[in-house]
Amino acid sequence: MYKIAKKDLQALFRAIAAERELYLPVRTAGQVNFAAWDEDADVALDVLKTVKSPKDAFFPQFETLYTCRREGKKLQIQPEALKEKEFVVFGMRACDVQGVKVLDKVFLSDPVDSYYAARREHGILVAIACHEPEESCFCKVFGVDAAAPDADVAGWMLNETGELALRPLTEKGERLIASVKSLLVEAEDAQAAVEKEQEQIRAIVEKLPYAHLSLEGWDGGATEARFNSPVWETLYKPCLACGTCTFVCPTCQCYDIKDYQTADGVQRYRCWDSCMYSDFTLMAAGNNRTTQLQRFRQRFMHKLVYFPANNDGMYSCVGCGRCVEKCPSSLNIVKVIKAFEKQGGGENV
Amino acid sequence: MQELIKRAKELLADGTAARVLGWRRGDLPYNPEPAFFEKEEDFDQFVYDGFCGANLSKMMIEACKLEGKTAVCLKPCDTYSFNQLLKEHRVDREKAYIIGVGCRGKLDIEKIRAQGVKGIQGVSGAEIDGPDELQVQTIYGDKTVPYASAMLGRCHVCKGKEHMICDEIIGESRETQDADRFDEVRAIEAMSPEERFAYFKKELSKCIRCNACRNACPACSCRKCVFDSNKFDSAQKANVDSFEEKMFHVIRAFHVAGRCTDCGECSRVCPQGIPLHLFNRKFIKDIDELYGEFQAGKDPEAKSPLTDYRFEDAEPGIVGKRG
Repeated sequence: MYKIAKKDLQALFRAIAAERELYLPVRTAGQVNFAAWDEDADVALDVLKTVKSPKDAFFPQFETLYTCRREGKKLQIQPEALKEKEFVVFGMRACDVQGVKVLDKVFLSDPVDSYYAARREHGILVAIACHEPEESCFCKVFGVDAAAPDADVAGWMLNETGELALRPLTEKGERLIASVKSLLVEAEDAQAAVEKEQEQIRAIVEKLPYAHLSLEGWDGGATEARFNSPVWETLYKPCLACGTCTFVCPTCQCYDIKDYQTADGVQRYRCWDSCMYSDFTLMAAGNNRTTQLQRFRQRFMHKLVYFPANNDGMYSCVGCGRCVEKCPSSLNIVKVIKAFEKQGGGENV
Repeated sequence: MQELIKRAKELLADGTAARVLGWRRGDLPYNPEPAFFEKEEDFDQFVYDGFCGANLSKMMIEACKLEGKTAVCLKPCDTYSFNQLLKEHRVDREKAYIIGVGCRGKLDIEKIRAQGVKGIQGVSGAEIDGPDELQVQTIYGDKTVPYASAMLGRCHVCKGKEHMICDEIIGESRETQDADRFDEVRAIEAMSPEERFAYFKKELSKCIRCNACRNACPACSCRKCVFDSNKFDSAQKANVDSFEEKMFHVIRAFHVAGRCTDCGECSRVCPQGIPLHLFNRKFIKDIDELYGEFQAGKDPEAKSPLTDYRFEDAEPGIVGKRG
């Protein structure tokens, strides 16, 4: 266990950034999102939920895959270089880390996505326990412990002493800590303070309105019972068909690949797609989902039924609550889960 | 709210309306969602309070295609949008029964959070005839928040408590305007071009291309948006900085110019808190100055300055002169 005074964090960031790229929650024009650190960055480590999740660090919203250039009769294809340099994502949360594990299931299973795999290989995750969980949080429901993030390095804010305690949990984490050791104090005595912080976090989590949400009836075998339910008919109605929920979500992984015509060639890129959009998975033969009801249903069936069916029961929701806070129509996955209570779902108040 | 529920039930019972479009109580104190009510027992879930900010006018486009009339709850500012949709033949007056609901400003949960409030368990005082202060119960202790400090930005420049179109009014409205509508625009006009570019670059770089602004906007009612069409290169989902800054939001602002009622939904729904209304409001200010004062949605019969041509209209050269 190591610790550092909060007032020295700027020095720590400087030291990390000297050798690696460093991404952390930064406030820009009033909103906190993960961004590259620089001396002037307004770092906001105390903010629990960045607007977008940190999934961008591994699966960016937009990335070029390769570029084609034409010179006379010659065609040149320039593939985008894979990530080769180590980078640190600092200030993630336990739910964000679980989000990355969900993405791993998708991008690291055969066929492996080389762009994602390279970023995972070189990325070091530093996650901080959630000092004051909020009402929209429900990570506990998906087995995530907000008090013990499972990252390369786990951290706890010790507000009484104004310190951040850090504990490396993996070889990558050990390496990061070793590289900035001169700024840290080795402190096994911080253990008691960390345990006290963990106890407080877990006690608060118990009191959160969604902490005991029942997932009964939601599993890989529920396709028939859920898909044809009349409940969707009412549920989807206020959906604006925007992509807010999918774009702030730490686990939504669908993307589109398109060509951008440059002056002398083509830039092939991929960008996040949203199952809420009308052209999502549009095919020459027509669209398999032509109504918003179908699109809305797809998002939740994927997270709570199809994904666990294909991934040993792992749900592709981590309970971060970003959709709860950001949906312009106040819809979210919790309301969906609750709405099925009378259709064979667990009892939810 | 009880009066509203009672009246809504009557409208269903006497056959005036086949359904009522209002808001369903959420599962947190601040997240009611727009909903249709068709049966008397559905009204157990009906709510109308300070958190019912959503403008229901646009939902009437689809509702007007259903069998029978839809009784829709519209706040004074929402009625401007309805009128504008009526003018554009996107809604059918015969299919709508408009209940003008009272309003004393709508709340923005982000403004409550910005005051250091977290772990919200309950909010009292958000009722339509409630007090001037909200009592917020949280896991971390109780907080008092002045109602006005938690209002949506648009309510500080409220267009007034009058409904522009309705069949009846239920509930009192209160004046909430405490700032000049064009102050924000003037502040931006006062910037140097470099400052202004930097300001919008910073704001628009936050855009994640979720399209919430477009989808919530009552003026954006095209059946197929050019940005969704796969027939052109304009279809875009990528949040490429250069594109966001130069294209999407600016094109959208131009497209709704003269039709935007300044309802403020774009800024309300933006997950990144981009003050999108500023573009539209700048156009409104310019239109006022060039063609005389005009409020879209005030009078469905009035000709829009941008589609009406008069001898005394400003010459295009004005752009060169005043920028």
